[in-house]
Amino acid sequence: MIQLQNIEKVYRTDTVETLALNSISLDIAKGEFLSVMGPSGCGKSTLLNIIGLLDSPTKGGIKIDQQKTELLSDKQLARFRNKKLGFIFQSYHLINDLKVLDNVELPLLYRNCIAKERKELAAAALGKVGLSNRVKHFPTQLSGGQKQRVAIARAIVGSPEIILADEPTGNLDSSMGNEIMDILLQLNKKEGTTIIMVTHDEHMAKKTHRLVRLFDGSQVQ
Amino acid sequence: MLKNYFKIAIAVLKRRKFFTFISLFGISFTLTILMVLTAFINKVVNDKYPDRKRDLSLYVNNLERKGKNSMSSSALSFYFLNHYAGSLKTPVKVAISSGANGTNTYVNNKKISVFYKYTNADYWDVTDYDFLEGKAFNKQQIDNGDRVAVITEDTKKKYFGDIPSVVGKYIEADNVQYRVNGVVKNVPITLYMFYSDIYLPYTVSKTNYNDNKDYGGGYTGILLAAIKEDVPKMQEEYEQMVKKIPMNDKDYDRIYSHADSFIVGYVRTGNEEKSGVTIALLAIGIFALLIMLLPTLNLVNINITRILERSSEIGVRKAFGASSRTLVYQFIVENLILTLLGGIIGILFSVIIMSVINSANLIPNLELSLNFTVLFVALLICLVFGLLSGVYPAWRMSKLNVVTALKAQ
Repeated sequence: MIQLQNIEKVYRTDTVETLALNSISLDIAKGEFLSVMGPSGCGKSTLLNIIGLLDSPTKGGIKIDQQKTELLSDKQLARFRNKKLGFIFQSYHLINDLKVLDNVELPLLYRNCIAKERKELAAAALGKVGLSNRVKHFPTQLSGGQKQRVAIARAIVGSPEIILADEPTGNLDSSMGNEIMDILLQLNKKEGTTIIMVTHDEHMAKKTHRLVRLFDGSQVQ
Repeated sequence: MLKNYFKIAIAVLKRRKFFTFISLFGISFTLTILMVLTAFINKVVNDKYPDRKRDLSLYVNNLERKGKNSMSSSALSFYFLNHYAGSLKTPVKVAISSGANGTNTYVNNKKISVFYKYTNADYWDVTDYDFLEGKAFNKQQIDNGDRVAVITEDTKKKYFGDIPSVVGKYIEADNVQYRVNGVVKNVPITLYMFYSDIYLPYTVSKTNYNDNKDYGGGYTGILLAAIKEDVPKMQEEYEQMVKKIPMNDKDYDRIYSHADSFIVGYVRTGNEEKSGVTIALLAIGIFALLIMLLPTLNLVNINITRILERSSEIGVRKAFGASSRTLVYQFIVENLILTLLGGIIGILFSVIIMSVINSANLIPNLELSLNFTVLFVALLICLVFGLLSGVYPAWRMSKLNVVTALKAQ
């Protein structure tokens, strides 16, 4: 499903050159639930951003679903992300000015999808994460766990094949974290969604199919 | 999609009320100024009272003479207009009138300032004043040197008070008693070729209008063609006639005078090299641009600040499939919503300001009003404004790197 070949990412400033990722090669199969671990600053998020096509590698290439991504234009990349990828962030990144339902339907705005269909799909996604009763709320009226569930609903509303989750339980207490993890596991199991999750939590990582450890930008496991 | 943009635009406006207030104030205030200006120009250019035959008319307002060491630019003499313009073949009538002169008159020891203007008989045929009572003085009365006058409704009210009819009564101006021959509807002061409070026959003028063979003077003329197709011919005939006029003053060797359409005549500056229309358009353009520049810059600044606050949203939108172009589009739409809101407030302000200007009679007899032209211009200005202040911030926003944008929060 996803092939990374010798990915290298270098951040350059005038004086310093930082190697964030060093020759990472990775094959992720369809339907796999992969977790990425490592100390802070080891390049986990950078790797996730590169897989999510939010950032480009300095060297190396990524193929997603047989598609070489480095040659895609801004518009093509946007369309590709919209169709294939869903994102979940540690700090949720919900748009506070929009109601829960409007937040969830956001990915569908960038498709040819009529308003009625958008609302239905968004309501269904909220149903899957158990938030059907919070449709008309604003994000600021929700707890951390609820916000992350809205974020998951937003990530799955467009039925992407891949979900990229950057420390989805990082801001939550353990019981809420477990709830979120259960939702992700269900999603992987029932819908066959490929999930790549960055985490600090060994306990969460153990629940996934495979663990990749990074240290100073290199893959150590 | 648009509904979604609208929701977010309104939400963003509500978020920082002070910023919103400053933006809206800037936009609406600017629009108000431009709309009042447009209403003013529209009134001057498009309101055809009292010269309703504009498309048949050519206006002669200026005479310029140049010599080696001298130059003179002024209105024309009665002699010039009567003798030369009056002898042209194409015009069916030539209206001649003096500029409006100010004088004081007294009613019950109360001073009233009035303007008076001398006209010939053709003036009343070429123009189309609305007579509320009585009629214009005729050629016979002019030739007899009758002391008769046509006055405006305002003058009637000021001088005689609220009485039904004043025809036959006497009005004093410049220490002379004139018998009122007719009362006409007011003319705005902006139509300087027609504005006056009292209209008198040129033959009662104290200055000797006929013996003065000088070309320069205090009169302007309107040439009236029989049909529209004759107007260019009439213009050409006037130009040819001016070329052939013998020089009667040794200080000058060249003479210029033109019979212009209303607009060209209205803004003619007396400068032979540059058309008054170009200068007028340039002046209005620069004025509008300067007036719009400050609030636009202000709006650009506020927009950029607001964008930085919304970087997380931009990151999320990009991550979920918005291309840079879609984001530019969204932001411009949001900005247009803001400017249109400002526009609506601006229109309300303009209506209020225009009614204040009208009721205070700041510009005598000029009734400003909001019509389709003004509204259309307002809408156009809103659009230009929205685009001007939205495009740059939108472009900057769309170029934000997703990862940086998401980290910003």
